[in-house]
Amino acid sequence: MFLKELHLQNFKSWSQAHFTFSPKLNAFVGLNGAGKTNLLDAIHYLSLTKSYFSNTDAQNILDGADFFSIDGTFHRKEKEERIHCALKKGQKKTLRKNKKEYEKLADHIGQYPSVVISPYDRDLITESSETRRRFMDTVLSQGHSQYLFHLMRYNKALQQRNRLLKYFAANHTFDALSLEALEVQMQEHAEPLYAMRQSFCDELQPKITYYYQFISLGREEASLTYKSQLHETRLRDLLQENLTKDKVNQYTGVGPHRDDLIFKLQEKSVRKFGSQGQQKSFLIALKLAQYDFIQKKLGITPILLLDDIFDKLDEDRVAKLIKLVHDEEFGQIFITDTHPERTRAMVREIDPQAQIFNVSEAS
Amino acid sequence: MEYSSKYLEKAVEEISGLPGIGKKTALRLALHLLREEESATQHLAQSLLDLKEKVKHCKSCGNISDSQLCDICAHPGRQKDLVCIVEDIRDVMAIENTGQYKGIYHVLGGLISPMDGIGPNDLNIEMLVNKVAEGQIHELIFGLSTTMEGETTAFYLFKRLADFKGKLSAIARGIAVGDQLEYADEVTLARSIVNRVPYEKSIEQNS
Ligand SMILES: [Zn+2]
Repeated sequence: MFLKELHLQNFKSWSQAHFTFSPKLNAFVGLNGAGKTNLLDAIHYLSLTKSYFSNTDAQNILDGADFFSIDGTFHRKEKEERIHCALKKGQKKTLRKNKKEYEKLADHIGQYPSVVISPYDRDLITESSETRRRFMDTVLSQGHSQYLFHLMRYNKALQQRNRLLKYFAANHTFDALSLEALEVQMQEHAEPLYAMRQSFCDELQPKITYYYQFISLGREEASLTYKSQLHETRLRDLLQENLTKDKVNQYTGVGPHRDDLIFKLQEKSVRKFGSQGQQKSFLIALKLAQYDFIQKKLGITPILLLDDIFDKLDEDRVAKLIKLVHDEEFGQIFITDTHPERTRAMVREIDPQAQIFNVSEAS
Repeated sequence: MEYSSKYLEKAVEEISGLPGIGKKTALRLALHLLREEESATQHLAQSLLDLKEKVKHCKSCGNISDSQLCDICAHPGRQKDLVCIVEDIRDVMAIENTGQYKGIYHVLGGLISPMDGIGPNDLNIEMLVNKVAEGQIHELIFGLSTTMEGETTAFYLFKRLADFKGKLSAIARGIAVGDQLEYADEVTLARSIVNRVPYEKSIEQNS
């Protein structure tokens, strides 16, 4: 699967743009602020119907405009398919495949997978567990069609339980059966979530070790651990044990919504003890492992989006990395860089067919 | 918006209080009524008053009805010991449309959803519990949607009706998970009523 053409209107910094890509290696070069990253984000949008960087859809409309549209032509399973995503201010986002609108956006997820490697990934290490759960949820939603369904059901039941706890407190009342009915729902969806998250971590673990050693040229053992209260106890018992506390807090304090991922190097926390270089290498290894996971689960080669890759690594390592991802296993690649000469020299050596776009000229 | 008439303004305000109707649409409707014959508006107003004053709830099933007993409950040909539990009248209409169901209904009037301020006490549940206690029901069918709220409500009822000795079944299984009965196509719905399955599922293992 690869993206053949991209057409943008009023998307972020781009009022109008059109590109035709190489099925393999593509590079956007230009100064900071020229809109390179926004191009990667447009591709991410087509893949996952949302931005990698901004939280709300409306933030992606060019200042002064009242809509944006992204139009991509993909080559997939020997066919050309057109994906069109548009948002008008104050209206619902629309997503069309070959001019036909999707009934559910969720039906699109996983059809045109992509993986981003970006300087913003450091949030995965420095920010709260919510960031890591969101990472896990995004990857698993792409990799398992049932994951998103269970996640949405679980979150809904969780919200309902929290509201019920608030209602109990406000009205000085309690109804065990109403609570149980919701907890049964939570349990029913927490179980598959837990199992899928566990096997996700099991599958990623050896890959992270492998890629980390490849990038760092060292022997350090990188590892990923799944932290969950459900390792020991099933959810319904946890909820039971925690009920007194939950009633006071009017909030559910236990469950898969508290899960976390622990990143380690040589058994030591990457967050606490890793140098900046080690942290950057770890994140790239994690993302490459994610790439393998999605590819294996879907049987579709994802698009790899490498944002500002030289920010992370020295030139030798970047060259090594690009060579690695350019080999048979990986599919279409997009990279961004601020130095035209550096990129041109490296990219041409690896792939004479590569497309290089000078972004400041295009915009 | 500035209105040249306070009567127009009042009408727009009332109409736009209806769900799904904004100020613009309300104004369009009000202007339409102004253009129409006066009798048309009188009929509309009278029908709305009648709706509020005259519509009752069937004392047997809770469905909307013009008499104490709705037409379905009053029909001698309906099997009174076969009861299908549904959310509201829209589900009754959907199932009736299939022409495949010969029992009666029990209309809850909603689903349990704390987020929407709806608890078991806001639903027509006691009447069902009493009916079951009287021992005249042979089979109960859960005809609730497979949404999270539908499943929660089904479980709640399952527990409340623990003493029920008859058959418990569910019809929604043939319908895609997450669907509401109202939107299911007629053929699928008809098939899932005829081929209803025992209500056991994972809840018994979980509880
Ligand atoms: Zn009735």
